[in-house]
Amino acid sequence: MTHAIHVERLVKRYGGVTALDGVSFDVEPRELFGFIGPDGAGKTTLFRILATLVLPDAGTARVLGLDPVRDLWALRPRIGYMAGRFSLYPDLSVEENVRFFAAVFGTTLEREHDQIAPIYSQLEPFRDRRAAALSGGMKQKLALCCALVHRPELLLLDEPTTGVDAVSRREFWDLLGRLKEQGLTIVVSTPYMDEAKRCDRVALVQRGRILAIDTPDDVTRSFEGALLAVHVHDRYGALLALRRYPHAATIYPFGETLHYTDARKTAGADVVSLEVVEFLRANGFADARVQEIPATVEDTFMARMGAAGEVA
Amino acid sequence: MTAGALAIEAKELTRTFGTFVAVDRITFDVRAGEVFGFLGANGAGKTTAIRMLTGLLAPSGGRATVAGHDVATQTEAVKRNIGYMSQRFSLYEDLTVAENIRLYGGIYDLSAREIRERTDRMIGRLGLAHAASTYVRSIPLGWRQKLAFSVALLHEPRVVFLDEPTSGVDPITRRQFWELIYETAAAGTTVLVTTHYMDEAEYCDRISIMVAGRIAAIGAPADVKREFGADSIDELFVQLARRDPARAKPATPERTP
Repeated sequence: MTHAIHVERLVKRYGGVTALDGVSFDVEPRELFGFIGPDGAGKTTLFRILATLVLPDAGTARVLGLDPVRDLWALRPRIGYMAGRFSLYPDLSVEENVRFFAAVFGTTLEREHDQIAPIYSQLEPFRDRRAAALSGGMKQKLALCCALVHRPELLLLDEPTTGVDAVSRREFWDLLGRLKEQGLTIVVSTPYMDEAKRCDRVALVQRGRILAIDTPDDVTRSFEGALLAVHVHDRYGALLALRRYPHAATIYPFGETLHYTDARKTAGADVVSLEVVEFLRANGFADARVQEIPATVEDTFMARMGAAGEVA
Repeated sequence: MTAGALAIEAKELTRTFGTFVAVDRITFDVRAGEVFGFLGANGAGKTTAIRMLTGLLAPSGGRATVAGHDVATQTEAVKRNIGYMSQRFSLYEDLTVAENIRLYGGIYDLSAREIRERTDRMIGRLGLAHAASTYVRSIPLGWRQKLAFSVALLHEPRVVFLDEPTSGVDPITRRQFWELIYETAAAGTTVLVTTHYMDEAEYCDRISIMVAGRIAAIGAPADVKREFGADSIDELFVQLARRDPARAKPATPERTP
């Protein structure tokens, strides 16, 4: 089977800034593929190239077997693109926006109703509300609806959940899961590392380069060495103290714990745990507890950033 | 303000727009030097509450003081005693790093000498000496956010409001930013911060979670988790936000592929 997307050594520069620095990857049909990375990683540039909106400087891209530069008119009706910035008509109502995007692609809301029903049914109570007056989560659902209304085979969603609250984000990902089951190929980008686990495969991206591509499980399995969670009441104090611990490699606040890695990569996690607890207790953190934990995508991302010398 | 004093005190604070009650009689305190996480779903009333606390929007009912000044009647005094930084807008991209600092120094009425001294100190502390004459638009986002935070502190406010300060910032810089927050709080400045990263909620001394204009939970992260039987703030947030009657039910007819 051919790839839904095939990209090889794609490069894009804006003046002196290299937005994409030789990016290569494939997306398979019916896959939910995520680009995970912060602002400035090149996600938006990549999505614009795939959506035929920006020309690459070098490298090749094939989207649904077509060249987004040469075959743009054949490609456009087959893809649904949702831009990172809210790009619907704020003065049109919810229903008017959907009707407009349907008309642009030569179809109607009625004809496509079953395609968009799972999402449109959530928007219908607000059908007459101006798009500008919707909440963040609802705006994103409307944008998804407009990107879907012409029955594309491939969805390109650039940061659909950025700035959206944790509950609306979950609901949005639930919708993507349902669309995938209907046979759509979905490529989505996000700065929220915890959303990686909702994807079949992810690419971790930073400053125009791919740090890793794999399933979320295999990405976290690639984390080198032991990762320790430090439980302590005075986390900031313990963080500063551990910075002085000679064997510490990295210490980051992580939710209600600190995540610690040791510079002695071959040392056993049990031994290191005991030593770290001992050090903290000797420094006045009597309640410190340490346990080995599996790495998250975010831990792996930070480790790869450090290894790539990407820390600002 | 004396030690242990309240930096923010809101009593039955309310704001309506026509018949819509955006903020519905919220009562809470923030102690001086505290890092307070102000959480809530989109549309829960956070922004309206912050606009009232920063003296930008008059309350419809109740009252609030910030750094000891009434937000309804002493808006100028409130504005002089607070700093504000948002993810969307905080610095002028067409001005250099040093020009941005000077501009804000001027707005806050600092003397030329104060501006000079504080500019040097800030640029040195942030390690931005090489970039003082660089346009803000061409420095990396992470640095820009750290600079914006420092600029919000330039006039040494008692309370600083940070509205999604780490949105889109890489995970390491995000953590470096939180260390700046801790340092600031340790030096006595009160920090009120909003975020969509639920792990960051755990970094706060106390948090509140707004649902439909009201404060549905408030306390130290560990205490509110215990109170509601949630394993994480993320779980608690979802649990509370789903109680909002205005939230459309996600139930949808499943279509067979």
